[in-house]
Amino acid sequence: MFDEHDHEHDHGQGLAHTLAHTKQPDVEDLPATEAQLLETSVRELLLEKGVFQGSDLRQTLETIDSWTPALGARLVARAWIDPAFKARLLSDAQAAARELGIDPGSTHLVVLENTPERHNLVVCTLCSCYPRRILGLPPDWYKSRAYRSRAVREPRAVLAEFGTVLPDGVAVHVHDSTADLRYLVLPVRPVGTDAMSESELAALVTRDSMIGVALPRGSSSP
Amino acid sequence: MISRFAPGDRVAVRRSESPGHIRTPYYVRGRVGVVERICGPFPNPEELAFGRNGQPARPLYRIRFRQTAVWPNYVGPPDDSIEVEIYEHWLEPA
Repeated sequence: MFDEHDHEHDHGQGLAHTLAHTKQPDVEDLPATEAQLLETSVRELLLEKGVFQGSDLRQTLETIDSWTPALGARLVARAWIDPAFKARLLSDAQAAARELGIDPGSTHLVVLENTPERHNLVVCTLCSCYPRRILGLPPDWYKSRAYRSRAVREPRAVLAEFGTVLPDGVAVHVHDSTADLRYLVLPVRPVGTDAMSESELAALVTRDSMIGVALPRGSSSP
Repeated sequence: MISRFAPGDRVAVRRSESPGHIRTPYYVRGRVGVVERICGPFPNPEELAFGRNGQPARPLYRIRFRQTAVWPNYVGPPDDSIEVEIYEHWLEPA
């Protein structure tokens, strides 16, 4: 049965029922921003002039949406079990990604190693630079002015709000992606994971642990 | 490309107020840090932003600052740091 209203009910049920029927606005119902109008105009012109086809655009969007933090997690898990790979990841992250069949694109990627003495945190204060090929699209909070301004000025308070409390003696190193480099945090491998397989380890590596606002699943709190 | 600064060099970020598309955050202008690494030559974003080709390319550096040197009221230990990518024309010896 596809029509949810194909049943007997009383329409006099009061406020709760009225709310249930409140129409959610469609995207097109909201006023278009200047950026949306610009995108629509440019896209329609490019399609009209045959610079690319609708199918090219669809395919590109599908590719962008296929980038997920699972790619970064594979890099981290391999680095945890293979010290030689870790060394290559830290010295040339793009080449190391290609070794695992991951296309890192042409943007310079720098991997920042967390240690028991050093915790790295990534932010882009000027916009929303992010290693999209490795982590997918950035979360909304990463693009917010609150995160962008506070992560540099009071990183420890921001970490605490994310539930990340570091033991005493751990220095916090913030990295502001202001220009041409993109950053990926290599978290510390949680203790007690010696028996885990590479794919089990990858499942511990969350997006937020590779931005540096959290620790991997299974990390012990101080 | 010859880079004016080497890793370990102390540098100051210029206090310029240039208009345009500037990738040097205000919070480090006038601050002194240390060259962490030379990232290599990159097209100048201040030119690229206006549809030009960004040439000549500019050396880009990662500069490490002590947080306590950037924020007067920083809450945290003195070895907390912040690293920012800065183009050479925004740096001078310190």
